[in-house]
Amino acid sequence: MSYRTAKARVTGLGSAGSGVHHWWTHRLTSVALVPLGLLWVVPFAQTLGEGHAAVLALYANPFHAIVAALFVAVSFHHLAQGLQVVIEDYVHAKGWRTGLLVANSLFCAALGFAGVFALLKIAFTAPGA
Amino acid sequence: MVEFSLPKNSRIRVGKTWPKPENAKDLREIRVYRYDPDGDETPRVDTYFIDAADCGPMLLDAIIKIKNEIDPTLTFRRSCREGICGSCAMNIDGTNTLACTKGLDEVKGVIKIYPLPHMPVVKDLVPDLTHFYAQHAEVQPYLKTETPTPEKEWRQSIEDRSKLDGLYECVMCACCSTSCPSYWWNGDRYLGPAALLHAYRWLIDSRDEATGERLDDLEDPFRLYRCHTIMNCAKTCPKGLNPAKAIAEIKKMMVERQV
Repeated sequence: MSYRTAKARVTGLGSAGSGVHHWWTHRLTSVALVPLGLLWVVPFAQTLGEGHAAVLALYANPFHAIVAALFVAVSFHHLAQGLQVVIEDYVHAKGWRTGLLVANSLFCAALGFAGVFALLKIAFTAPGA
Repeated sequence: MVEFSLPKNSRIRVGKTWPKPENAKDLREIRVYRYDPDGDETPRVDTYFIDAADCGPMLLDAIIKIKNEIDPTLTFRRSCREGICGSCAMNIDGTNTLACTKGLDEVKGVIKIYPLPHMPVVKDLVPDLTHFYAQHAEVQPYLKTETPTPEKEWRQSIEDRSKLDGLYECVMCACCSTSCPSYWWNGDRYLGPAALLHAYRWLIDSRDEATGERLDDLEDPFRLYRCHTIMNCAKTCPKGLNPAKAIAEIKKMMVERQV
């Protein structure tokens, strides 16, 4: 039983004063992923069945390496923001919520950095680079 | 974590079936949610029969007839019976709407009536809207100015006045907010479509001088940004308004003052 007024409950801790940056970057990254996705997937699809060397050669090309790295980085940024919204929407137990939000950030950052690192490694060490 | 089990009062029993009227010309079956949270029983759905030929044309006429002639314990809110007070908002045939503006002939077959979804029930079809009203108060739905009040009136061009069309008509019936999944899951912190529509109504009022302050108060991941443009609000609004669009306009204003 709580005797707090309805107004006090609605006001809560007040406005966080943020949210627009998250919302805006989420939209920007989704727009960016359209050209980035196409520029990444078309050349990559052409290497399918061509073997290991063809993929290495593709990412030895700085243009394709940069596009793929951007695609990976932007994707994981977008994923982290999207999952954050899902967790905020559906997970209400405070401990779980905080834990999952932290895990989400770390997971997406780790996978994103790993992806970019793998691409850089290929780009800088592949034969013909 | 995520709640998978529903509270006890979510289990709804089959209730009483009341006798059919004799010699009915146009028999309609109406199933109504009945619940008294002060009692020990879980909610039930009672079945009533009315003769639509001997009843007014609207859903509200039908439930008033039930209360007057069949079961006086049936509890619901109503006042103006013409869609302007917003009192008789309820879930009819799966959609939140005003009983007074919903025709009996608009529903085919059995008519099912429930209270507005996901709100505490006071009794039967009466939801507790205390929190909803407090959210309306939170957006300070009144003119805020610093300039000394003019002798006559605050002047507004016809063009600026027309920006309020599609917003000022809201009767605060709560159909939109209680149809919104985001409001169901996070209604404690998310202001909901009705309050945000009112917030926008004052944000774009050319006479208001607190626009920035209003935006500051709304910029919050929960208060505003729980809206994921699901659009249930616009679909259900018995006045034909579009709260989702108003919320989108607020989001645009938020970006506009950043870039």
